[in-house]
Amino acid sequence: MDETIQLQAAGLKKKFGAETVLNGIDLDVHKGEVVVVLGPSGCGKSTLLRCMNGLEAPTEGSIRLDGETITSGGRNITKQRQRIGMVFQSYDLFPHKNILDNITLAPVKVQKRSKAEVEQQAEKLLKRVGLWEKRKAYPRELSGGQKQRVAIVRALCMNPEVMLFDEVTAALDPEMVREVLDVMLELAQQGLTMVIVTHEMQFARAIADRIIFLDGGVIVEEAEPEQFFTNPQTQRAKDFLQTFTYEKRKTS
Amino acid sequence: MGFWNQLNTEFMARYLPWYVDAAKLTVTIAFWGILFSLAVGLVCSVIRYYRVPVLHRIVAVYIELSRNTPLLVQLFFLYFGLPKLGIVLSAESCAIIGLTFLGGSYMAESLRSGLESIEKSQIESAQSLGMGQMLMMKEVIFPQALAISVPGVCANMIFLIKETSVVSGIALADLMYVTKDLIGLYYETDEALLMLVIAYLIILLPVSILASILERRLRYAGFGN
Repeated sequence: MDETIQLQAAGLKKKFGAETVLNGIDLDVHKGEVVVVLGPSGCGKSTLLRCMNGLEAPTEGSIRLDGETITSGGRNITKQRQRIGMVFQSYDLFPHKNILDNITLAPVKVQKRSKAEVEQQAEKLLKRVGLWEKRKAYPRELSGGQKQRVAIVRALCMNPEVMLFDEVTAALDPEMVREVLDVMLELAQQGLTMVIVTHEMQFARAIADRIIFLDGGVIVEEAEPEQFFTNPQTQRAKDFLQTFTYEKRKTS
Repeated sequence: MGFWNQLNTEFMARYLPWYVDAAKLTVTIAFWGILFSLAVGLVCSVIRYYRVPVLHRIVAVYIELSRNTPLLVQLFFLYFGLPKLGIVLSAESCAIIGLTFLGGSYMAESLRSGLESIEKSQIESAQSLGMGQMLMMKEVIFPQALAISVPGVCANMIFLIKETSVVSGIALADLMYVTKDLIGLYYETDEALLMLVIAYLIILLPVSILASILERRLRYAGFGN
């Protein structure tokens, strides 16, 4: 097996009742690679991500992390999830805990690390996203963009090997999208392995090493970003990209 | 003003100790009843929340049985019925067990509504941080659920304290019993009832006030995250 493959989907199928959401996905994510998954809504992007950290159990096929199969509900699942960070669209900070406690909870209670050491790391990360002065605030006192940056820090503080981002800017006002995407760009720069589901096309183009275009539960096209955005090979990708461009309305 | 002027204060002073003793009994029964109700409610709510096989059906039957029969009937069953099966319990034990049987289901439903109001995404974000079931319950689900359940749980407490008045039916000398006794003996109806009302207010008002303070302090959970 290729040593640099960190996260791998092999023959992944997922059905919800009679509906097939993923219909055979093969995807290798290499160490330090940034993979962006694009596709129309309902194409299975989120389900793919959710399978990757065991929130959904595959109907067929498997997800492997460093060659080790991830089994939802298996004995090792909590161990494996510590190695895969995930950030959600709805931030999902814990509303009854302040920012610092939100971040330190899992590293201290799950990973049994010392509180002082975790707080040091949290300080470093919070400063990097410009939110250290908010450490004693509660989530409700923060804007959406700030909450999402905290959610990213919370996941990073577990020192994951891979980070999954599930439409993390979809619920944000346009001016807040930028501050979150900048944090992600910085993480990519540092060589973190990332799988990103997004609808921000320009951002996808800037951050991705590779674009995966998903439609109808299968990978329709897989390409480098420049290639994908300037010269998509499949009609479905062309149609998809078309929906993001507007023609100047004709004035008579 | 006639009512207040005609009150037999000398009678009231003489029988005040009766009310103090009765109030002690009422508070004792209510205290243990509430404490055990909370314990029973907690266990039942968690069983229903996780839909533990078999057990959650038993809990469902218990809740329906408990909520749809009057406390007095439950007490009669414990106090007069069980001895026929060879189980003899003191009146006080019967009162506490009866109150727990009734209160457990009310507490269970209040706590369950709190548990079920926690969004699935909270659970998933806790899972994605590698938390196991127990830790998640303790740190994420339960504190939020409790904050949401507090108004219901407090209302149940007040309800249970008031419901203790039924234990006079199995010859326990609580506030209600003493009052009926005094009315029967001396026909000082106004005085006896006035003291009864005041005694209940003295017990219940602090609980009510404490409950609303608690509610206000825990209101953070009502806001989104």
